[in-house]
Formats: sequence, structure tokens, C-alpha cells
Amino acid sequence: MEFNKILKNAILVIVACLALSACATKKAGTGQMQGDVYTGTDSVEYLASGVPDRVFFATNESVLTTASRETLRKQAAWLRKNSKVTIVLEGHADERGTREYNLALGERRANAAKDYLMTYGISSDRISVLSYGKERPVDSASNPLSWSKNRRSVTVKAN
Amino acid sequence: MIKKIILFLIVFFPYNSYGLIKVDITRGNLNPLPIAVSPLAIDDNSKKEFQKILNKKNIGSEISIIVERNLKTSGLFNPLNKEAFLQKPDIANLKPRFEDWQLIKAQALITGKVTLVDEKLRVEFRLWDILAGREMMALAFTTVPTNWRRVGHIITDKVYERLTGEKGYFDTRIIYVAEEGPKTQRVKKLAIMDQDGFNNKFLTLGNELVLTPRFNRTSQMVTYLSYFRNLPRVYLLDIETGTQEVVGDFPGMTFAPRFSPDGKKIIMSFAKDGNSDIYTMDLESRVVDRITNHPSIDTSPSYSPDGKYISFNSDRSGYQQIYVMESNGKNVKRISFGNGLYGTPVWSPRGDLIAFTKLHKGKFYIGVMRTDGSGERLLTENFYQEAPSWSPNGRVLIFYRETKTDAKGEGFSAKLWSIDLTGYNERQVKTPTDASDPSWSSLLSN
Repeated sequence: MEFNKILKNAILVIVACLALSACATKKAGTGQMQGDVYTGTDSVEYLASGVPDRVFFATNESVLTTASRETLRKQAAWLRKNSKVTIVLEGHADERGTREYNLALGERRANAAKDYLMTYGISSDRISVLSYGKERPVDSASNPLSWSKNRRSVTVKAN
Repeated sequence: MIKKIILFLIVFFPYNSYGLIKVDITRGNLNPLPIAVSPLAIDDNSKKEFQKILNKKNIGSEISIIVERNLKTSGLFNPLNKEAFLQKPDIANLKPRFEDWQLIKAQALITGKVTLVDEKLRVEFRLWDILAGREMMALAFTTVPTNWRRVGHIITDKVYERLTGEKGYFDTRIIYVAEEGPKTQRVKKLAIMDQDGFNNKFLTLGNELVLTPRFNRTSQMVTYLSYFRNLPRVYLLDIETGTQEVVGDFPGMTFAPRFSPDGKKIIMSFAKDGNSDIYTMDLESRVVDRITNHPSIDTSPSYSPDGKYISFNSDRSGYQQIYVMESNGKNVKRISFGNGLYGTPVWSPRGDLIAFTKLHKGKFYIGVMRTDGSGERLLTENFYQEAPSWSPNGRVLIFYRETKTDAKGEGFSAKLWSIDLTGYNERQVKTPTDASDPSWSSLLSN
């Protein structure tokens, strides 16, 4: 039964992947935002072909957006196929917050991603969480678009 | 590495309590007190010997320059130009001709003498009230010659205390994070320096990310966050011996550490499963106590100086606000109710105020409020600044400020700044590299 559930999820994820990767190729590489959540691709790297490595958050938020959940489902599918891989979820915040609060916020964001991966069958033994707060931005400009790229949780292969 | 200073204070005369001069430090000082700092007199033999030991031509002048600079930086004093001084240092130290000093509008005068006694540096100095024509204070002390900068700071502390009625903050050090490299890959090291920026020393090599060092008020211990082996944990560092150890055995990130006022505990946040709560650890018994238990982020704890209360930062209302609770975690009360977000509460060593960082409409402020949240006063506004730390007398705040970068991400810098509690006398504190997360030590000598 457990297996059936996973299989069903996996099929769902694969379908979602196909739908999304079709979309992704159409998006411009310049980056854009919805609300203040980054929806572009120019700072995104890939865990594997078609599997983006990161998800983005609104200011002060750790709620996963629809797009984030899609990305995480792709990651879960890939992780199920590659069951030896362990990962670190690196949580980040933008520069517009105090250092200590941002460390907590980064941890909260990475855990939001972790919880979601776990609901798609990835064991917590394979996931560790590391918050960098605002210490490791990907974009060093001081404007809303750059900040949106920096509010992220990045899934990094640990082995 | 500063060894425990050997300091003999000899009081020549009892403190004179009815001097006329009094510097009011409770208001922004728009009329700093004109003060003449005469170079400390030195005999030829001592001069030669100190030149050999310290490689300074005239150690008497060097020490007086430290005093002068400290007094000026405080914003409360206006040290007068030495070229206008009519009396020679050695003669002035015996008995100033008060008319001469009145002529250049000095209201107070510092004189003194340095001598070499048994390989030690002996200093005596006097503070004179020019208008009343009398001596206000006379002190002498002896120390190892390499402590000569501290001698200048101690003299300043004594003069400041005599003229303002409050303890000084000059014989102190600042521990901070030295920063270098691109904004996306900053290399950060712990660094320590005297309060005036001299004797800068790096304490870590920059191999791992380090953040938020904080002094113990009762010793030369420091607690900070290190990403050693990519495990962000709170560490303890003895800056005398260089010994480091991780604090506690937590299965996740510990951060935002500070000492309790008696130095026996560390209070910090522990983050697990997306939730940060506040814990204490007793440094001797290693007993860990959970202080808050709430699904929100609870961080940046800071004890009141009597150890009875803790202020902290929480987003339990939805956004970052400042709360105060009893030290056992009971009776949590929100105290920040103004517009915007509030973070980094730090209790003043005097106990009456909490300094904070505020974010409102895209600007960052350093401010203070009473411990019940009333009387909020914003001292300075900028693009980004945070993390105030109090001078040991609770009169000055040091914090860091970051610049806005352009569209290419160029033009980033992080610097230390200080500001008087009155909101006046904002100054950059010079550091050899970029700098952040300053923490002010207590007075090294009392």
C-alpha cells in the first residue's frame, strides 16, 4: 500500500515535471517577480536535468508558493530515483533584516522545503538543514529583484 | 595580547568635591568644554630609555595625544590647540599660571609627568579647574611600558569621571567581525581592537564564517557563532589563551548568544525543525534550560543588568517585535508597538533603556526605548544599520552600517559607527577592513 502511494505520487510528480519543464523553457532568462516572489530562472541551477535546485519566498515569509511546491515535487521524484543521494537544504534571507532574525528565518525556510520533501516520501535521514541567514546572497545588488533572488532555499547534494 | 595590567593607583590628594566645572552629559552637547591637555613632562633620561623600549620619540606627548583624541571623540570636550599653550609642561605640572590658561579660554587643564622607575612606566597627572584656580584631582600609577596606550585611556577615564560624574569608557576594547571580499562570498574573521581603533588584532583566520561575537562583562571571554565544519554553533573563546570550545551539545543550529550579567550562563537561540526558541546554558554545570516554547521565531535575547529580565525578539504577533519576560520565561510582554519591525534588543548596562534596530518604510533606525516600551527615541536613520552595543557606562552605542549597492552590486561596504545616547556625535569608528557586529567590553581597569 505504502509503495502504491509513493508510485502514485511519483507519477503525479513526473506529470508535473513534464508540464513545468515545458513552461520553463518559454520563460525569459532576465528574471521577474510575482508579488515579491522571484519567478525567473537566471540564478537557478539544476540538481539534475529539468530539476531546479531552489525555491523562492516572499519577504519575511516561509510559505511555499505553488511554483515552489512544483519544484520540490520534482526534487522528490529525482531523489526517489537516486536513493543514495543525501542533501543539504540551505536556507537564505535577503539583506533587509537583522542578522539573527534572518538566521532563524533561513532555518524556517529550509525546513518548509524539508517538510514538503518528506511528504513526498523523502526520509528525513537523507536531509540536513543549514541556514545562512543573509550571509550568502547570490545577487549583490540592493534592489527588490535582487532581494527576491536571495530569499531562497537551495537543495544541494551532500554526497 | 594584553596581560592583566599591573596598576597601582595612588591618590595624592582626596578628590576635591567643590570644583566649579561640571559637564552635563544628559543633553546633546553643543558647547563642548574647552580643555587644555598639556603634553606630559618627561626628563631626558626617561625619554631616551622609553625611545629604546617603545620606539617613540616622546612618550609624554604620545600619551597626551591619546587623551586629547579620546576627549574630542566623546563630543563633550574641545581640546585646545597646543601651539597656543604658554606654559611649559614641567612647570605647568608643578603649578599652572591660571591667567595664562584663561587667556586661551581653557576651563580645565590636564598636566602630568612620565618617568621610568625600575623598568616601569610611572605616570602622574593632575586636573585643574582654571576658573576656580585649583587642583581637582591628582593621580599616579605605574605599569609596564607596553601598556602606554592604556595609560592614556585610563587618564581619560579619570578625567571624564571627575568632570561628568559618570564612569568613563575609554580603557575598553571592541570585538567585532572583520569583513573582506565580494558581498556574495564575504570572508569574516573575529577581530579585537582598543576602543579608539588601535592595537587591532585578528582572532580567527577566516576559514569559517563567524558572526555576532559578544563580550562577557566580567571577564575577557567572548561568545560567538561559528560555521566550523558547516555546523553553525555557539562557541566560547578565551581571548587571553585563545582556547575555543563549542557551547552545549545541540542537534541543530545555536545562535544569537550573549552572556548573563554575572557571566555564568550563556543565553542563545536553538533552531530545530523551523522553530527557534531561547535557551540558557550554565557554563559550570552545563545544565541547559529552555526559556521560551513557542512556534514562532524567538531570538536575540539580552538580559537586564540585574539578571531578572530578558528582552528578546519574536515574530509571534506575525512580525518581528520586542518582548520582555522574567528570566525564567514567565510573564512575556510585548513592548514595541510603533510602526514597523523591531529587532536586536539590548539592555543598557544602566538598566533603564533598551536599544534596538527598527525597520520602517525601507529605512533602518537605531533607537532606544524604556524597558516598558515607552519613550521610544530614534537616534539615527540609514539605508541599513543594526546591532547596537552599549558602552559600559550606557552613554554611547556602537553599531554597524552597510551601504546600498548599485544595479551591478558594486559599492558595498560595512563600517562601525558610534552615536551618543542623545542622538548627537555620530562618528565612524575606523577599522583596517570592513567591519560589523561590534561588541563593547567593560572597563579593563576600574
